[in-house]
Parts: sequence; C-alpha cells; structure tokens
Amino acid sequence: MNFFLLSLIKAAVVAFVLLTTLAYLQWVERKVIAHIQVRLGPSRVGPHGLLQPLADVIKLITKEDLIPPYVNKFLYLAAPFFAITMSLLSISVIPFGSEIRIPGGTTWMQLTDLNMGLLFVLAVSSMGVYGIALAGWASNNKYSLLGGLRSSAQMISYELPLSMALAAPLLLANTLSLRHIVEQQAGYYLGFIPRWAVFQMPMPQIFSFLIFLIAAFAETNRVPFDLPEAENELVAGFHTEYSSMKFAAFFMAEYANMITVCSITTTLFLGGWLPLWPSAAGSNYLPTVVFLLAGGIALSHGLHPARKPDRLTLPVVAVVFFLVAAVFLIPAVQAALAPLFWFAAKTGALLFLFIWIRGTLPRFRYDQLMAFAWKFLFPVAVLNLMVTGLLVAAFS
Amino acid sequence: MDVILFLIFAAIAVVCGINVVVQTHPISSAISLIGVMGALAVLYLLLGAEFLAAAQVIVYAGAVMVLFVFVIMLLNAGAETRRGRSWMAQLLGVPLVFAFLGLMAYFVQHVFPGSAEVRFGAFKHGTAQDVGRALFTQYLLPFEVVSVLILVAILGAVVLARKELE
Repeated sequence: MNFFLLSLIKAAVVAFVLLTTLAYLQWVERKVIAHIQVRLGPSRVGPHGLLQPLADVIKLITKEDLIPPYVNKFLYLAAPFFAITMSLLSISVIPFGSEIRIPGGTTWMQLTDLNMGLLFVLAVSSMGVYGIALAGWASNNKYSLLGGLRSSAQMISYELPLSMALAAPLLLANTLSLRHIVEQQAGYYLGFIPRWAVFQMPMPQIFSFLIFLIAAFAETNRVPFDLPEAENELVAGFHTEYSSMKFAAFFMAEYANMITVCSITTTLFLGGWLPLWPSAAGSNYLPTVVFLLAGGIALSHGLHPARKPDRLTLPVVAVVFFLVAAVFLIPAVQAALAPLFWFAAKTGALLFLFIWIRGTLPRFRYDQLMAFAWKFLFPVAVLNLMVTGLLVAAFS
Repeated sequence: MDVILFLIFAAIAVVCGINVVVQTHPISSAISLIGVMGALAVLYLLLGAEFLAAAQVIVYAGAVMVLFVFVIMLLNAGAETRRGRSWMAQLLGVPLVFAFLGLMAYFVQHVFPGSAEVRFGAFKHGTAQDVGRALFTQYLLPFEVVSVLILVAILGAVVLARKELE
C-alpha cells in the first residue's frame, strides 16, 4: 500500500484511539477515586456516567474563552498549544503491537520506528516543561508564577534520575529503537520466566523500574508530586488564569503525558506487547478469558441489580463483552490483536497504579520533594546504572 | 527536499537569532534562543547526525534553556529600557556587519570547497553507536578532561553560592 496513505490511516487511527482513551481515562479516574473514597462518582450523564466525558467536552467548548488583561498575550496563548503538542508527539514512536497483515502487505502497529526513538521521547518530554513554565509566567499572576517555577524546578530535578534509570535497561537492550528494545526482551528463562527487562539477567532491572516510575510521577505532575497545581496553596497553580479549551489543553496534556509515560515503562521494562507466558501455554486465549469473566460479572450484577437501571444496562455491557471475547477467538484477529491486548493490559495496569496512588497518598512538602530527588533517587539511580554496567561488561 | 528544508530551518534559525538581540524582554529573547536551538537540531538531522540533533534538543533546548527561563522567572526581570547609544555604534554598526558577513562568506568559500562532504571529525555517521564509540576510544582523554572540568565548575558554583558560615 502507498506509504503516505498507510501512514495517514495509521496516524488517524492512533489519534482517534488516543483522544478517546484520554477522555475515558478521566472517567475511569473519577470512578476509581470515587470508589476508593466510598462514593459513586459520575453517574448522572448516561448509564454509569459513561457519557460524562462528552458532557465535559461540550461544557469546556461552550464556556466563555477569557483572556485576562495584563497577560503576555502571545505566550499566554502559545503555552497550552505547546503543552498539548509536546505531550501528543511522543506517542508516534511507541510500538503498540507486533507486525500485522493488511491488504497488500504487512505493517507494524507503530507510527514510526526511529533509530533514536527513546532519545526522541526524552527530547520531546524535556520540551514539555516550557508549556507549564511559560503558562505560569505569562499569566501575570503570583500563584501561576509559583506553580510554573515549582514545575520547572521539579521537572529538571526528576529528569536526572529518570534518564539514569532509563539508561540501565538500554545497556541490556543495546539499542535505542523502541521496537528493537521490545524484540530484545522476547523469550523465556526455564520456559516460563519472561525475559522482560525487569527480570532479565545478568541484572534484573527492578530498581530502575521503580526509580523510573517514581520519577515519572514527578514528571507528569501527579500526586504525590503535584505541587505545581497544589490547590490548597496555589489556587490551581500554573493554569489558574486559564479557562475553556485552553484549560482543557492542559488537562489533556497531563493525561496524554500519563499515557505516554506508562507506554514507555511498558516498552522498556515490561516487554511491550510480549505476553507474560509463552503462547504455547495459551497466552493468546487470555483476552477471551478476561472478557468472558468481565461479561459474567456484569451479567451477575445485572441479575441482582443494586439500582433499577442496572437491570437493563449491565446485561447489555455483558453481551458486548461476550461478543469481544468471541471476536478474540477468530485466529486472524487473535494473531493481530493479542499483542495489542497485552500492551494495553500492561499500560492499563500502570495507569490504574497512577490513579490508585492518587487516591492513597498525600502530597509531599516542597523541600521533601527536592531532598528526595537529589539525596535519594539520583544516587540510587547512579548506583544502579554502575552495577548494571559492571554486570553487563562482566557477562558479555 | 533537503535543500528546501535546509533553507526553511536556516531562515528560522537566523530570524530567531536576530530576534534574541532585538527583543527587549529577557523571556522573549530566551524563547527566541530556544527557536534557534530547535532549528539547529533540525539542521543536524538533515546532515544525518541524529544523535547530535537529539542531544541538542535534550541538553540545550530542554535543560540549559529551561534553567535560563527559570532564573529569569525567579528574578522577575522586567523589560530593559532603551538608552541612547553612542554615535560610533550607530555610524559604524551597519558597515561593520556587512564587512564581517563578507569576510565570513569569503572564508567559508575557501575553506570548504563546493562539493566537499560534511564530516564530523572521526564520526562516520551520526548515530548514537558511532558517537559513543568515538567518545570512548579516540576522544577518551578529552572526554575525561571535560568531565573533570565540569565537576570543577559545579564545585565552584556550590562554593560561590554557599552562605557564609560564621
């Protein structure tokens, strides 16, 4: 197939899926947080609040687009644009799945495989800080400025342990291309322990995985490192003066960054689209089992409804799940979508961890945040990199 | 295609570079400088030096300039006021610029013959492997010396910024 046409179709599909995921990630987050806090969460718009993201989008679009006086107009308008662009850009190098067959050949479930894919992600994410910092400065508001300052200091500080943690699995993988990094983690020790970077000999990357994850929380400004928008100190931090779609851009950028970071973690440490156990032992049938189980749970809740509308909505959900389970039994679909399922499952588990931690941990104090990065995380990351380097040199 | 891209990004780099000087507000100058860095990264990419391009963005645009912007924001520096300039600068400035540009063009013309291939010292290509191999074999001594130099600079900054102990 024509290269440009194919790229265009892939880009459109990825953009559509990413934006839908963004909208529904926020719904999932509100639901999960609500259940952690023994509430119901969004439940009015559509069944189980499923149309809430749509309602939010309509609300944000139709809101008055205020530009306060005394702002630096050019930077004030450019900052949200910059933030959202940079956060959506890095998704282009992430491999979602293995090679699939399409009419007229095969293609990879990845927009583009750069030779220096990981460096590209680092470069783009290091540019992302300008969106927040400049938004804080251009707003001409002391809370915004404080938020912007905090954010730039925090992101510079945590970029160091992040990069150090990321360098260690690269020593094992010996490449910067994200696709090759995943391919390099294929195979199993003793037939059942996957060769993912977190388990890979000679130095299992469990420490760099943890360091990377902690630094990623800080880089995405999530709880417990959400000081740039600490609402009890700074009103709303760097986006205090933003409304309407410009606010939505920052909001989307935060969630897109979360998805990117989780995808990168999956790719680097958790074997990307590779299954947890060999496909000979039936890993390709896991999607079917999972969707059957989910459908069964939905059906049993539908038969004993907690609320009246559940009697209708939950069986419908169950039927949808059963259909998806059946679709995963078709061999062609299974071969194409099972890797994608594994990738989505790992990334989704990490995203759930992000949400879970938001519902569990309180916020750091600012001096604790800095001391933690420089006095603990960075030395540990350097030590981990040194040990990995020594072991790789000794065993290769 | 390469020539068109080169012209576009070279033009962006030059315009941003002039903008760094022309702007009165430090933040605007800093952002123009980021534009220069980004355009330079694209030029490196056009030459096939992908690692250099990525390093340019990560180190200069992503780290050094963030610190610049951070300090400008922290000090809350305002726009500078234009003062009267010396008549010497006004009189000689434009001719001197043209003389300098002419000199540069002359030397570039003579040092690099028209069809010469662009080379990055010992780097065969610009990939991470090539750069790493060159750094840790041929340029090992300069590399280590530079790292010691940077360490000294960091220690110097710490000493200078430290509060006086009684």
